[in-house]
Amino acid sequence: MIEIKNLHATVDGKEILKGVDLTIRPGEVHAIMGPNGAGKSTMSYVLAGRDGYEVTQGSVTYYGKDLLAMEPEERAAEGVFLAFQYPVEIPGVGNTTFLKTAINAIRKHRGEKELDAMQFLKLIREKTKALGMSDEMLKRAVNVGFSGGEKKRNETLQMAVLEPKFAILDETDSGLDIDALKIVAEGVNALRSPERSMLVITHYQRLLDYIVPDHVHVLAAGRIVKSGGKELALELEKNGYRDFGASEAA
Amino acid sequence: MAAQPETVEQVRAVTEQKYKYGFTTDIEADVAPKGLNEDIVRFISAKKEEPEWLLEWRLKAFRVWQTMEEPQWAAVSFPPIDYQDAHYYAAPKKKAGPKSLDEVDPELLKTYEKLGIPLREQEILAGVEGSEGKSPAIAVDAVFDSVSVATTFKAKLEEMGIIFCAISEAVQKHPELVKKYLGSVVPYTDNYYATLNCAVFTDGSFVYIPKGVRCPMELSTYFRINQANTGQFERTLIIADEGAYVSYLEGCTAPQRDENQLHAAVVELVAMDDATIKYSTVQNWYPGNAEGVGGIYNFVTKRGACRGKNSKISWTQVETGSAITWKYPSCILQGDNSVGEFYSVAITNNFQQADTGTKMIHIGKNTRSTIVSKGISAGKAQQTYRGLVKILPRAEGARNHTQCDSLLIGDQCGAHTVPYIESRNRSARIEHEATTAKISEDQLFYCRQRGISEEDAVSLIVNGFCKEVLKELPMEFAVEAQKLVGISLEGSVG
Repeated sequence: MIEIKNLHATVDGKEILKGVDLTIRPGEVHAIMGPNGAGKSTMSYVLAGRDGYEVTQGSVTYYGKDLLAMEPEERAAEGVFLAFQYPVEIPGVGNTTFLKTAINAIRKHRGEKELDAMQFLKLIREKTKALGMSDEMLKRAVNVGFSGGEKKRNETLQMAVLEPKFAILDETDSGLDIDALKIVAEGVNALRSPERSMLVITHYQRLLDYIVPDHVHVLAAGRIVKSGGKELALELEKNGYRDFGASEAA
Repeated sequence: MAAQPETVEQVRAVTEQKYKYGFTTDIEADVAPKGLNEDIVRFISAKKEEPEWLLEWRLKAFRVWQTMEEPQWAAVSFPPIDYQDAHYYAAPKKKAGPKSLDEVDPELLKTYEKLGIPLREQEILAGVEGSEGKSPAIAVDAVFDSVSVATTFKAKLEEMGIIFCAISEAVQKHPELVKKYLGSVVPYTDNYYATLNCAVFTDGSFVYIPKGVRCPMELSTYFRINQANTGQFERTLIIADEGAYVSYLEGCTAPQRDENQLHAAVVELVAMDDATIKYSTVQNWYPGNAEGVGGIYNFVTKRGACRGKNSKISWTQVETGSAITWKYPSCILQGDNSVGEFYSVAITNNFQQADTGTKMIHIGKNTRSTIVSKGISAGKAQQTYRGLVKILPRAEGARNHTQCDSLLIGDQCGAHTVPYIESRNRSARIEHEATTAKISEDQLFYCRQRGISEEDAVSLIVNGFCKEVLKELPMEFAVEAQKLVGISLEGSVG
């Protein structure tokens, strides 16, 4: 279970999150929606532990542990996964090498035996097949020359391989056309499980047609101002964010 | 190679020998007195029982050297070197090594461990006294192992007519070859450090691959241990006769403890018609500590001559060590259709300085050269790529492609690119590409979010940056080189 309590965070001395409270139970999918500048991406970076995002108040308890006290790589090893809005290119580093380094680092942290080349290859073949992806993407350098859709699919593949307990999807729909969106959403849906919680961050309701959340929250000006079921998303689609101080936050 | 009893004898001889001040021409002595003059040159030559012509050559070099001045054009700085305050001959070189691994710098041992180097090799690399094969029983076994393996290879090479031995041995056994080629690529008048090397070189390797022979193994891998104590002024000469092929590996991936501050080696390569020489180096001499104290000055002259048509010389270097590197492995493309290649990774961290690059001299028709240089600078290090591409009037249809990429880590280091291009033939095509980049915060965070530690992330990103060059290394070297890339940059972020 993930419990976020009264979370305040600043970036460059400016307070962006102003007291966020949120509880996510295993298996639940929560969506966070909100206008630009509401603090959606800040929230994902704070949870993942990015430098420069300073928590000034509040706590995040992750399965009984203090998440905020951990380094980013420890959080990853504990099962926190962030699917990036803009996946980063790493020239010259093969996708396979990257994934193998990552999974073995995580396994090592968990006290598990590292996978050898054969075991890893078997695993990754399984995962790509399950996601309906081609092996070809594995041979290329991490995200280099990938289309928007390929980048997001690659994030999904990484998620499938690393099997997180808590996945944060930051604006996964940005830069995707409808076909690509469907494919990525299918991949994400395939990874839903009773043990895995997800936090889907999005500006548009569109994504939530495909990844249907259990709970929807509206984040505006650094606070969760409204929570509800999946119907809240449709309401927002109709009325926009203006009821939630969108003009103030933009 | 049957080293053991002799080595024990040598070690004892040196340990028992009283250090001799003042000058002596005593041939029995194993350490030359400090200083450099004609008598010292004669002393070295006499110790090596060299023929008269070689002594004369050394003396000519020495006389020229006295008239020369240290080059000042490289972008490196260091306090003046007192050339009189050094021994120019000592056999074996080290006397006052640590008594056991317990006395060795723990940092050094940590690095060995990370590279996965066996304890036995660690002792030799760290210069533990007597580790060349004195006692204890376990160690001796290990040495015997490597000696016997090496001997097996040697027999096989001899069968094929390949000569692979110490250059001092070649002077005795194959004087005609040495006389013909020594100094034919790097003349004794070449430059300050090379000329000094000509005068006082003590040993190094000699390779001759006869006509039409393809050397069946990478030379020097299995000699790694035995060659750990090569001299301060190393001299290497490799000749590939018509249609021959050889791949030669120099160096060692573990940092070597060495008391010598100045290393001025010379490497000469000669490729005849249709011959190929591939020369790979992984240089990891002591770089000095994190405050910039100590470390090796690596002032090396490496040059290959593509004498024959369709010949090819390929240099691959991974330079991570030394406090100062001054090194430009070059190709003289004399034969028509000959090919020169230079693949380089240079990593400088802390206070290291490197001024490195290549020279491609196009003389023959349709000669081609490729330069790929990857420079990584971290800490307070300064690095310069300096490369010359020269097309002479007769080099019809010559082509060059140069790619120079620099990667900066942190905000206190520097990378500089200084290309010199001279073309005297209108049909030549020369391309130069250069980029400079920093390891981005985004890349590091992305890796860490996937569970990869910051240090491993840097290593991964830098290895990706160097990939084009690292893939040119022979397999068994490449793996260690990759690890080394990571180790060299430890502590460079965060």
